[in-house]
This record gives sequence, C-alpha cells and structure tokens, in this order.
Amino acid sequence: MHEKNNTNRVLIDGSRLIIESLARSGADAFIGYPIPPANLLYLYGSQRMDLMLSAPDEITTLQWMAGLSATGKLPVTATSFPGFALMIESVNMAYMMELPMVIVLVQRLGPATGTATCGAQGDLLLLNGTMSGGHPLPVLATSSFDDCWEMAAKASEVAIKLRTPVVLLTSKEEVMTQKSFDLAKLDDIQQTEKKWYSKTCCEYKPYKAGKDLVPDFLPVNQGNHQVRINASTHDQDGILQHSNKEAMDNTKRLEEKVRVRMDDYLFYDLDEEAKAETLVIAYGITAAAARDAVARMRASGKNVSLLTPKTLLPLPGQYAEIIKNYKQVVIAEESINNQLGSLLFGQQMPGNITFVGKMGKMIAPEEIIKEVRS
Amino acid sequence: MTQSMLKTQSLPYCKGCGHDLIAKHSTKALEELGFAPLDVIMVTDIGCHGIIDKCMNTHTVHGLHGRSAALGAGIFFGLEEHDNKKVVVFIGDGGATIGLQHIMEAARLNLDITVVVHNNFLYGMTGGQTSGLTPHGFRTTTSFQGNPFDGYDICKLTHTAGARYVSRVLGIGDISADMKKAFDQKGFSLVEVMEICPSYGVKLNPKRKLKEIVESAGKEVGEWVNEDAAFKQQQGEKVENLLDKIPRVPMSFDRSLNTSKSLVLSGSAGEGVQLAANLLAKAAMLTGLHVTQKGSYPVTVGVGFSTAEVNLSPEDIHFHGISVPDMVLITSQDGLNHNKSRISQMTSGKLFIDSSLELPETGAEVIRHDFRGVGARNAAIHAILYFAKETGLVTQEAIYKALDLEGKSDKIPLDKIKKAMAG
Ligand SMILES: Cc1ncc(C[n+]2csc(CCOP(=O)(O)OP(=O)(O)O)c2C)c(N)n1
Ligand code: SF4
Ligand SMILES: [Mg+2]
Repeated sequence: MHEKNNTNRVLIDGSRLIIESLARSGADAFIGYPIPPANLLYLYGSQRMDLMLSAPDEITTLQWMAGLSATGKLPVTATSFPGFALMIESVNMAYMMELPMVIVLVQRLGPATGTATCGAQGDLLLLNGTMSGGHPLPVLATSSFDDCWEMAAKASEVAIKLRTPVVLLTSKEEVMTQKSFDLAKLDDIQQTEKKWYSKTCCEYKPYKAGKDLVPDFLPVNQGNHQVRINASTHDQDGILQHSNKEAMDNTKRLEEKVRVRMDDYLFYDLDEEAKAETLVIAYGITAAAARDAVARMRASGKNVSLLTPKTLLPLPGQYAEIIKNYKQVVIAEESINNQLGSLLFGQQMPGNITFVGKMGKMIAPEEIIKEVRS
Repeated sequence: MTQSMLKTQSLPYCKGCGHDLIAKHSTKALEELGFAPLDVIMVTDIGCHGIIDKCMNTHTVHGLHGRSAALGAGIFFGLEEHDNKKVVVFIGDGGATIGLQHIMEAARLNLDITVVVHNNFLYGMTGGQTSGLTPHGFRTTTSFQGNPFDGYDICKLTHTAGARYVSRVLGIGDISADMKKAFDQKGFSLVEVMEICPSYGVKLNPKRKLKEIVESAGKEVGEWVNEDAAFKQQQGEKVENLLDKIPRVPMSFDRSLNTSKSLVLSGSAGEGVQLAANLLAKAAMLTGLHVTQKGSYPVTVGVGFSTAEVNLSPEDIHFHGISVPDMVLITSQDGLNHNKSRISQMTSGKLFIDSSLELPETGAEVIRHDFRGVGARNAAIHAILYFAKETGLVTQEAIYKALDLEGKSDKIPLDKIKKAMAG
C-alpha cells in the first residue's frame, strides 16, 4: 500500500544531487568546458552556483579555478578523461599551491576520445598517477544516489580542510540515468567553514604548517599580510628554492598531509555476513550490480559479503585487511584490467582473488554471480 | 608616500637583461599610480622574468609556464570591487606562445588585468630557442641562420580580440610612463616590451640594434585602443535550490506490479520518445513503483533513432542495465533498426510494433498497432497509452496525471489518440 511520507518522491539524476550537495557544502563557483557525460553537471552548475564561467578549454578552466581559489572561493568543475588530461599539469599546480577545488570526473570509455556516450571505470590508475612525485591526490567515489549527495559534500570538506584539489569520481550511468528517489532520505549538509589566518600582529608565512600539516590560508585580496603562492618548489615563505631542506620538507609535507589527514575521510560500506567466505568488491557504477548480485546469492542460500570502497585514493590500508578475512574475493570493475586490484596488490595478485571486468557495457549482476560460483 | 614595491634594486638577472628594466619601471609606475604593495597581485610565468617574485613586496603568485594570464584572470574573477586590487601578469614571449589562448580570452572578455609581455625574442630560461614571437631573421640557438618565419604580432592579435588597451614599447630608457598608461586602464591591457637577451640574443646577433630589429620585422611601436571596451559580469538566472523545482510524484494509485519489468521504447528523433518514456516512468511512480529511465540517441540529436530504457519495480532498483528486455515498444524504422538484435534475443515478453513495419525475428508475443496514425510526433505517447491499456502495468489515468504534472496535457492531442486506440 502507499507509504506514508510520499511528498518528496522525484525522478532525478545523480548530477543534480552532486551539484546541489557541492553548493550546500561550500562550493561557490562552477567553471567548465562542456563534455559528455558531464554536461548535466555543467548545466546545473551554471544554474546553481553564484558564479559560473564558461572557460575556452580545460587548461583555462583549472587556471581560472586556481585563481578563484586564491581569492578564497571554492570552485568546482566537471569533466571526463579528455578534459581531465588537459587539466593534469594545472591540478599539480593547484596541489603544490595548496588551493582547494573539486573536480567531478565522469568516466567514459577511452582511450582518447573513446566513446563519448558510453560509461566506463578506466581512470583509477590515471588518478593514482596524476601527481608528479607520486603524491596522493584525494579521490572519493560515488556508488549510489546517496553517495552523490554525501561524497560530494565530503569532497568539498576535504578540499577546504586539507587545502587541496579533490576528485569526485563517478561515471556516465551514475550521473545521467534518472531514478525514482525520495528526497526525504537526504541528510542536511553543513557548509564547511573556510577558516583563515586571523592574526594581524605577527608575520604570516603562507606555507608554514602546524601539527595538522595544513598551512593557514589567506586570500590574495586582503591587505594585512603579504601572500605568496607558488607552484615551483618553495620554502615556507612561498619563495622558489632549488632543493634546500626547508623546501624539501615542504614538498614532503604535501604528500604527508594528504596521506595522514585522509585517515579522517575513510569511507566504505562493508555489508558483512557472519559465515561468509566470499567477498565481492565493487565501487562506482558496478556497486549497483554487486548489490543485486549479493542479494540474489544470499536469497539462494550463499553466504557472501560486499565491500564498496568510496575513498579510493590515497588507497586506504583497510581494504587489504578486510580482504584477508575471506577465502574467495571477486573484484568487479567496468574495465579490462582490474585497476582497483592492481592498486591493492600490484603484480602480486593473490590466487584467491578473481576479476569480473567489461568494456562498453555495465557489468550485470549475473556476471558477478557466475564468477563467484565458478 | 607609498612603500616601495621592490625589495631590492639588485635583481637576479644577467647583466644588461631587459627584464631588469621592466621590473623597475613597472613597479615605479604602480607606485606613482598610488598603489601600495599589497594592492598589487603579481602573477608571474615560468621563464627568466618569472624569478622576480622574491624581490617583490606585493602579493606574488607563481604558476605554470604560459598559464599566468589565465591564472591572473581567475584571480580577477574572484575580486570584489571594493578590494581595489590590481592584477599584473608578467609573462615572456615563450609564455605568450604556449599560452596565447589565455591572453586572447582575457582580452576578449576585457578582464581588468594588465599583461606585460617580456619579448626578448627567445626562450631565455631554456637556452635561447626560437619562440612564436621571435622576429623574422633573428638568430637563436635553434635557428642560426635566422628565424625563417614571422613572429606573431601579439599586439594586433590582442587588439583584434577586443582588448581595451595595447601598446608596444622598446625596452630602452625610462618606460615607466608607458607602463603607467597600461596599468591605469579599465578593461584588459597588454604591453609588449621589446628587448634582447644579452646572454643569447646579443651574442648571436652581435651587430644588430633593438630598434632596427623591431622595425625590420614590421612591428611598429605604438598603442591600439578599443575605446568603449570594458568588462561586463554576466550571470544567467540562478536558482537557490536545484531540488525545489523538480516535480514531486506522489503515490496516487494502487500498485499494479509485483515483479520487476524492463522496457525499451524506441522510435525516431523528434517523435517524443524521451518524453513518453518520462511520462511512463512518472506514471509508474504514481502507481507506487520504483523506476529508472535513461535515453540513448546519436550525438546528432535531431536525426536517427531515439531509444529509452525504463525499469519498473516494486523494490528499490540498483542495477539498471537492460540487455534483453521484457517488453519493447517500436514506433518507427529507426527504432526497429536500433533494437533488432535485442528483439531477436527475446524468448518471451511482448513486442508492441507499429503496423507499418516489417516484423523482425523474435520469440516475444507480437502486438501490432498503427501508432503513427495520429502523426509521427505523437507516436510514442500513443504507444505508451496503448501499452497501458493492453498490459495494465500502469494505468492510462496514471499517464494522464503524469502529463498534468509536466504541464503537457494541452500539448498532446489526447482525443485523437483515444479515438485511434478505440478503433
Ligand atoms: C609546459 C612547459 N613546457 C616547457 C617548459 C620549459 N620552459 C621553462 S621556461 C621556458 C621558456 C621561457 O621563455 P620565455 O617565456 O620567453 O621567458 P624568458 O626566459 O625568455 O624570460 C620553457 C620552454 C615548462 N616549464 N613548462
Ligand atoms: S638568460 Fe637572457 S633572459 Fe634570462 S636573465 Fe639572462 S639575459 Fe635575461
Ligand atoms: Mg623570452
């Protein structure tokens, strides 16, 4: 019969949830260059954000975002691989400068332009290698509409609190498909406060960090302190240095900052069954199929657990720990090369881990079930 | 009196480098215009000129090679009127080459920033190679015979792009008045300062004088102005909440389905396929069902097939892919072509197909009807109403209500469709 709370059911896509969540959590500008399958995000971004700018390309997009970020804004963009590829040098720049921003990366089938209107999960290894020096770039992934809401807000929070670019990883089928959804399910989102250096008495060092490893921010549009922002190797004053100790310590701090502070942003779902010896792992779009597969297997008497990673990078150690508890592990990902698996185990893939992959189409629940039963 | 912008008069360039002159006269000009150091945001590029940061008392932002004009533009976008900040971009001829687009864009939009191009005719920092702004005939470490090509005329390009103010000056003597003029503009301004890098340029072109090089390259000194050009901030209409305005779809009818069903609706572009699928999905929601809906069509949206996939279920839907559907509705040849292989894989279920079309191979029960008789534009809506009547999975009433929710009731010739269904 009719459920009680009935007034907030809508037919909605994930793009809308992501942009609204970003806006509520602190994003105030959308900069973009159109690219499928990120176009809905672009459209909603232009409607919702106080400031919307159409950049002439994706390098400009990231540069404008960095400039805005230097004035204290939290800019966001949405793109897909071809655009992200153009952004990479500038993402490195923003990371080095410690400028917060959110990049929603909607995966589509590559390599290159690939198929613009076909989903995929082929960009995880690219993200893992985005930063020169191997510094970790924070990556959170959506695996449901709830995540479009919650992980988007977390992406803003990480960007602001850690002063870094953050990637929210999703894919075509997650942000373009309309689904019935009850908006009453959505939790309130708190805007992340942008805390700035407030002392007026003492000398301000733009890259001097305390125990939390994050330097205090000051925008370039104030006049109390000199701000130096630098993407070249620099010391605590933001002055270019070749490789002296202070500068090397600073570059090291950047890597440590993200590695250590991301411990506070460990997100995953572990749906455990007491006697299960089998674990299915899936993130992003494939998590939906995995949920169905696990439910069906349980209905037919098979004990099986499901791990849905949401914090993808830096890769949390917990996933490998969880995996140790299972005799059989199946990783499902819409790629042909088990990118999550190779992040976890490199060339040393344990014999009890198998892979369900696919290209050009979503992995269906049956395919995961078949792998578990094989 | 304002505080000095430069920390030191001894700048880190090779002896005789024109960059020294530009830095000193730029800061002098800014001081004379009354700017305090922290009123200025100095954005520097990668190149010899860019190592000036540490000598400046201004805010300094040091980014990537060629991107400084875009980075400065971003900063400008973030400024408030009352901030009273001046964004100055220092870039080389190399940076202007690799980042030409950024300069054109800032000029086109007339952002209130000033770009100072340090044109020393070559890539100084990387060993004196030819750049896009190297004059014809000028020798560099990569063109010993002289540059065989003309360099870009960055002034003409920028002027044509719409910049408020552009000038070219020789980097000799006191150029602070020229710099002052550029800094004092509302709208985009660019100064190209011509100089010769002593370490590479003078060595390789020993007898040549700056003025003669510039003149023989056809690059006149002067200024170019677009009088009324100015920056206009233009934002479209904004919504305060993206979730407010989307139609609510309350459960209004009794549930009619106990298992999941997948459905494909396909026809031709412009024949209302996506709208019909949306109405069907909403009608199902009105009937208490969970739904998913997605469309596919060629990138040229106005021609060819238009296919919609809809899942209906009494339960929450996770996986929404459809390989072999339970039901297919085909209203045109384009739709049939796009789904032939799926239809041939059906071993059960129902195929609703326009009676004008040749029957494909299928194991599904086939139901033929003249969907297009009410006009091609309404064929898809006709199909879902017919489908509702035949299957009862959603009711026609629910579809009518969905039409109301969308405010589309009067746009569809319902009477005509009802008549066609009865007949
Ligand atoms: C993307 C990228 N490509 C190449 C370089 C190497 N690079 C550094 S400075 C420079 C040229 C600098 O020439 P110019 O802009 O004219 O400045 P100058 O040194 O002459 O003052 C180049 C090519 C770089 N840093 N980044
Ligand atoms: S190499 Fe040339 S451009 Fe660079 S500082 Fe020396 S003289 Fe100036
Ligand atoms: Mg140069």
